[in-house]
Amino acid sequence: MSDTSVRHRSPMAAPRSFLWGRRVFLTLLTVFVLLPVFVMVSSSLKPLQDVQGEFHWIPSSLTIRPYIDIWSTVPLATYFTNSVIVAGAATVCSVIIAVFAAYAVSRYRFRGKRVFTVTVLSTQMLPGILFLLPLFLIYVNIGNATGIALFGSRGGLILTYMTFTLPFSIWMLIGYFESVPRDLDEAALVDGCGPLGALFRIIVPAAIPGIVAVAVYSFMTAWGEVLFASVMTNEQTRTLSVGLGAYANLNDVYWNQIMAASLVVSVPVVAGFLLLQRYLVTGLTAGAVK
Amino acid sequence: MTTTATSPAEAGEGRAVGKNSPGAAGGQGRRPGRIRRIGLPYLLLLPALVLELLVHLVPMVMGIVMSFRELTQFYIREWSTAPWAGFDNFKIAVDFDAPVGQAMLHSFLVTCLFTVASVGLCWVIGTAAAVFMQETFAGRGILRAIFLIPYALPVYAAVITWVFMFQHDNGLVNHVLHDQLGVTDKPSFWLIGDNSFYALLTVSVWKGWPFAFLIVMAGLQNIPKEMYEAAALDGAGLWQQLRRITLPSLRPVNQVLVLVLFLWTFNDFNTPYVMFGKAAPKAADLVSVHIYQSSFVTWNFGTGSAMSVLLLLFLLVVTGVYLVITSRGSRGRKTADV
Repeated sequence: MSDTSVRHRSPMAAPRSFLWGRRVFLTLLTVFVLLPVFVMVSSSLKPLQDVQGEFHWIPSSLTIRPYIDIWSTVPLATYFTNSVIVAGAATVCSVIIAVFAAYAVSRYRFRGKRVFTVTVLSTQMLPGILFLLPLFLIYVNIGNATGIALFGSRGGLILTYMTFTLPFSIWMLIGYFESVPRDLDEAALVDGCGPLGALFRIIVPAAIPGIVAVAVYSFMTAWGEVLFASVMTNEQTRTLSVGLGAYANLNDVYWNQIMAASLVVSVPVVAGFLLLQRYLVTGLTAGAVK
Repeated sequence: MTTTATSPAEAGEGRAVGKNSPGAAGGQGRRPGRIRRIGLPYLLLLPALVLELLVHLVPMVMGIVMSFRELTQFYIREWSTAPWAGFDNFKIAVDFDAPVGQAMLHSFLVTCLFTVASVGLCWVIGTAAAVFMQETFAGRGILRAIFLIPYALPVYAAVITWVFMFQHDNGLVNHVLHDQLGVTDKPSFWLIGDNSFYALLTVSVWKGWPFAFLIVMAGLQNIPKEMYEAAALDGAGLWQQLRRITLPSLRPVNQVLVLVLFLWTFNDFNTPYVMFGKAAPKAADLVSVHIYQSSFVTWNFGTGSAMSVLLLLFLLVVTGVYLVITSRGSRGRKTADV
């Protein structure tokens, strides 16, 4: 699939009414999309009395104070570290496991293949709440029986994040591996490469953009996850998604700090997404459009 | 949906047949090669299978078992000792005369209404944006990047900003609607009471439409340019081209898109939870949060599990019916598409 930007529809000039309709619609939509971004950025630079009173489009004075205070009001650095570790580990584990699974599905014919792919696809569609209760009880019971503290630990949270990162990774990687020409790895096999050699020397390098895209996307989803994080964490293992709520539980709601913290946690993923959007979009849409 | 679900797998199987033959016919190592091949796919799948079992299948089976047990906070430490409850949990969940069942039914209806409204708006906005951006124009690339921002922002950061905007005293929404435009007589409450439904819907649409935009945009690429040229020669206007070419060609894409949007919106927990916390206002009490609340706030895991199982059944039925309807419809169209 080629990128959208090379595609243009007709050489003929569109009527003026269409052009005006387009302008108005796209402008309104841009305002709608950017409004929260504007509020986030501008409010994060306002002094506290500014965000507590009536809303003003223009800050009365600019300050970077909120960006300094966010780190001491709540243990944001700890939450940040937890999020990086949990989202990172869930991503790395699921991508590695998914590479093998997707290779098997895309290159081999075996009994139970359809059952496997359909199961993977359908678990991706199920609500997280369905797995939350049982996983919670499993962790509590394992903890009671063996003393291994899965509940409240980062390890336990990483495992629960696999409920959504793994099926997604497998599904997307199947699509990417399918797009690598079979002749390439067949030639490698004929030349005496083992199946794993063909996978790591031919398919993985050829699908690197896809693998990176899947990793970024998994990381993004894990970075933004709220449901599991709100139940499966404690004071020490709390991630950003739950930690940001802590600003609101204080007596004063420091909206400027909340906005500053939101911006800080957003920048890494939004930057990553926009940098890799070309690959991400191709991968994301390939499955649906095929 | 059927097309997505099967096409990579089928394509894989189809091509794998051709793939195996040169390898197998590779001379002396025919026998051992084949034996190794048969085991290999399963070996490659093993880690994924173990994990799938661990995070999906075991919890799902457990969830179903739990729904038949009287699982309250007293039994959390040893859930297997909880007394057998038969269908009691289900009876409580669907007893619409009692408070628990009534609240569940209300939450279910709110979720249905909310999902239909949100998916509809996401689809309309996403499709309109994609169609408007089908042709190249100055700034198109930048605009596309901007439109992806809601999709890329972490849910809680985006939603918490909307919460700030919906604040009664210091929010942007009331400032614009009341102070600047004078649309409302007095500042409204957006996060409690009936307005919360619209507040939640706004955020959900803001977050969800870029996905529709992406998918429809990708779908538009697959429509041959010649079809538009031919239509233009025949004198079809832009509107007619949209109705006769664009929308019919997008139908298979839309079938997948609507199903995915439906499931995501229906199951969404993050947005309402960040917006309202553990106890959502009645008008915006979505099922996921409702089940969470019934389980982790009132500690009634048995009823919570029963509700989860009912939700699962509902989603399975809806998805099944949807797949049957759309695959029946698309079978006749397939030939026209190719």
